Amino acid sequence: MSSNRTQELQDRIRAAVNNKSMLQIVGGNSKHFYGNTTSQSAKSEVLETRIHQGVVSYEPSELVITARAGTPLKEIEVLLAENNQMLPFEPPHYGEHATLGGAIATGLSGSRRPFTGSARDFVLGVRIISGKGEVMSFGGQVMKNVAGYDVSRLMVGALGTLGLLLEVSIKVLPRPQQEITQCIAVSRQEALKTMQTLNQSSQPLSALAYEGEKLYVRLSGAASAVTSAQKEVGGETLIHADNFWQQLNEQSHPFFESDKPLWRLSVPYVAEIDSNEQPFIDWAGALYWLHSDKSTEEIQQLASEQGGAATLFKTPDQKQERFAPLQAKIKQLHVNLKMRFDPYGILNFGRLYSDL
Amino acid sequence: MTSATKANRESLRKQLHQVLPKTSILETEEETHPYECDGLTAYQQKPWIVVLPETIEQVQNILILCYNEGVPVVARGAGTGLSGGALPLANGVLLSLAKFNSILNINPANRSAVVQPGVRNLAISQAAEEFNLYYAPDPSSQIACTIGGNVAENAGGVHCLKYGLTVHNILQLKIVTMDGELISIGSQALDTPGYDLLALMTGSEGMLGVIVEVTVKLLPRPEQAQVILAAFDNVVKAGEAVGAIIAEGIIPAGLEMMDNPAIRAAEDYAHADYPVDAEAILLCELDGSHEEVNEQITLVENLLTKKGAVSLRTSCNEAERLKIWLGRKSAFPAVGRISPDYYCMDGTIPRKQLPFILKKISELSAEYGLLVANVFHAGDGNLHPLILYDANIKGELERTEEFGGKILELCVEAGGTITGEHGVGKEKIDQMCVQFKSLELQIFHDIKHSFDPQELLNPGKAVPSLHRCAELGGMHVHDGLLSHPELERF
Ligand SMILES: Cc1cc2nc3c(=O)[nH]c(=O)nc-3n(C[C@H](O)[C@H](O)[C@H](O)COP(=O)(O)OP(=O)(O)OC[C@H]3O[C@@H](n4cnc5c(N)ncnc54)[C@H](O)[C@@H]3O)c2cc1C
Repeated sequence: MSSNRTQELQDRIRAAVNNKSMLQIVGGNSKHFYGNTTSQSAKSEVLETRIHQGVVSYEPSELVITARAGTPLKEIEVLLAENNQMLPFEPPHYGEHATLGGAIATGLSGSRRPFTGSARDFVLGVRIISGKGEVMSFGGQVMKNVAGYDVSRLMVGALGTLGLLLEVSIKVLPRPQQEITQCIAVSRQEALKTMQTLNQSSQPLSALAYEGEKLYVRLSGAASAVTSAQKEVGGETLIHADNFWQQLNEQSHPFFESDKPLWRLSVPYVAEIDSNEQPFIDWAGALYWLHSDKSTEEIQQLASEQGGAATLFKTPDQKQERFAPLQAKIKQLHVNLKMRFDPYGILNFGRLYSDL
Repeated sequence: MTSATKANRESLRKQLHQVLPKTSILETEEETHPYECDGLTAYQQKPWIVVLPETIEQVQNILILCYNEGVPVVARGAGTGLSGGALPLANGVLLSLAKFNSILNINPANRSAVVQPGVRNLAISQAAEEFNLYYAPDPSSQIACTIGGNVAENAGGVHCLKYGLTVHNILQLKIVTMDGELISIGSQALDTPGYDLLALMTGSEGMLGVIVEVTVKLLPRPEQAQVILAAFDNVVKAGEAVGAIIAEGIIPAGLEMMDNPAIRAAEDYAHADYPVDAEAILLCELDGSHEEVNEQITLVENLLTKKGAVSLRTSCNEAERLKIWLGRKSAFPAVGRISPDYYCMDGTIPRKQLPFILKKISELSAEYGLLVANVFHAGDGNLHPLILYDANIKGELERTEEFGGKILELCVEAGGTITGEHGVGKEKIDQMCVQFKSLELQIFHDIKHSFDPQELLNPGKAVPSLHRCAELGGMHVHDGLLSHPELERF
């Protein structure tokens, strides 16, 4: 399916400017829980991006795909797989209707991230509508481009607060020839040590995770390289490994069945997170998932004293700020940027920080 | 723009002497002369004064003083930039980061290093070698250029196809904003909350803040690396071979192309045993584990032969590998030897447009009567046509610039960009009007003002004023459309 509804979306934003109303941008609504809960006041309307969808261009030998923001992620992944390629940052879907726009606006990346890169690393260009209703293009479809500031990457993870994504160009990569996962039973301490050693080695790694007293080592690449690394790493080869990684990425793994708030801690590889709760560790030790009732301050401190930051990923409490507070001057820069891109505060106001 | 007067500068001079030791201030003709240009020597301008701070506090003090007096500041690393980004201002301060040259910390377990901005690119990899780690982006200027300059330009290198550009290989920056505040952007972790200011700073050409510390990511050295040198009797065939390798699902560590004039110049200079009769060569490097490299070398060799390579040479050891790369990495100075002057362009195009662009460049070369040697980061479609000229011949520089400008416009037409890695600087400011519409340029100015409302950092670079574009608009009518119709014409 394909349809270009730029004009309609632009009209909606202009109307919101005139009516002084606010817009909540919604793609597949699969990640509605992520970020602050924004006010559902009478002056707030939903703006659906799913009407604006379709792959605009894709040439496998150029390693680039351009698609409208409302395109289902699934559609893109199927198309890439038919050409033996993939989105290298393994975006989580969190629901069957997830769109490309939502993946880029949240900027979330899966287990491959430490070894291949994040969502923002693969964004080459964007077309957006600003909060003034202006259509603009930044970056492009080429791998290298330093003309002008990198507005394309600025959009990644901005949760739609700086502009409505219309189109995104993304660098794609060939699927690895072979992929296997080794599973090793070890303590958390030992697992962290092994992760660090492997992380500094030239083994063909594509994920390192730890949960339930087990270290999971995913190896990807040429068949010969994977086979030889498999011997070196040891442990047992996990059957249905794709399932395991999918369950982690999509949070359908039993670990995520809990009523307690879910925290996501992004920390340095060398971090030592001292908590009673059993974490799910991903990204070679640089990402911790924690279910915890501890206070926001306590969890933020756990992360910040290690040089990282915590996000309150899922919680029943609608009032909490989800992202770690910013230093005053950095916050000022955020406000300045918001004022320029969305001076009337129309787009997803409050979703990232309550005053943005 | 700045309205600083002579009196402001006099007052600033006195205050600078109060916050800096005498040896950190250069004022005489003789002392400031080395700073009058960067790697783009066609543009020259002596700075009013040069300061060389040694501490972050001194940088803060300098910026506060300049801010108060309204005097503009240009930051400078090694001055190897090729777009006039570090070109000084006659009424401004040139702030050299040369004394910030320490590697502060290498943390192998975190695969990162904390360095000062004046540290040379290559020095990082050398220091990390004992941990079997390295810093991946490797501009050809890596023995001289600084990491601060690399961040400011989002520098690339021959290994960026597989390992990414500067923006993919840094974690954290400390910057001083124009009002003297020290802030930290990014973090030691992979994700940082808030907007991606790290991406915004990378490639911002010294317009948003002065970088005073950089945390880079380090990578494990690959077990094995080998390079194949393939010769072709036709440039288009070489271009097609590039696409074929990628289509095969292989991402080489580097994939570079040179045409005959570039091959000859490089061979004369570096004696790398390049085939001087070839119309084009491809250098394709594969790295990874022994097994992977062995497997892929055979695959790529066969593919290149099938795509019409007339000869192949594959490095058997590290010395051979480095020798093959030496030719490529010294291509610019090599061309500098065969011509009194050369002008290096930096457009990027979708790979498939390579034959189209090459044909157009050779037509323009004939039209302008100026020779061109072509060096490409072929894997990512980044072209470096080197236009040979003689600045002593009246009018030749102007014709060269016009020719270069046309190449960049062709790149935009082909779906690409006017600069892949060298930046806009002073040089490509007019071509920005071709690539962007007023709305986008206005947002760039807005971003600048979010960081530096008085426009005191590197003013006049990177982003053209809308009026400048409007004036040029008369000359750049595309498809019968003016590019900036909403603005008044003069
Ligand atoms: C022979 C040769 C080969 C080259 N090959 C390549 C290549 O392969 N790839 C590539 O990308 N480039 C290449 N370049 C261009 C150049 O080396 C790069 O742009 C490099 O990143 C510039 O670094 P520098 O330290 O010399 O910066 P400078 O030239 O001193 O400055 C460049 C810009 O950065 C700003 N700046 C510098 N330091 C700071 C700081 N601390 N804070 C804020 N702003 C700062 C300056 O104001 C200026 O705008 C080459 C140049 C030459 C001469």
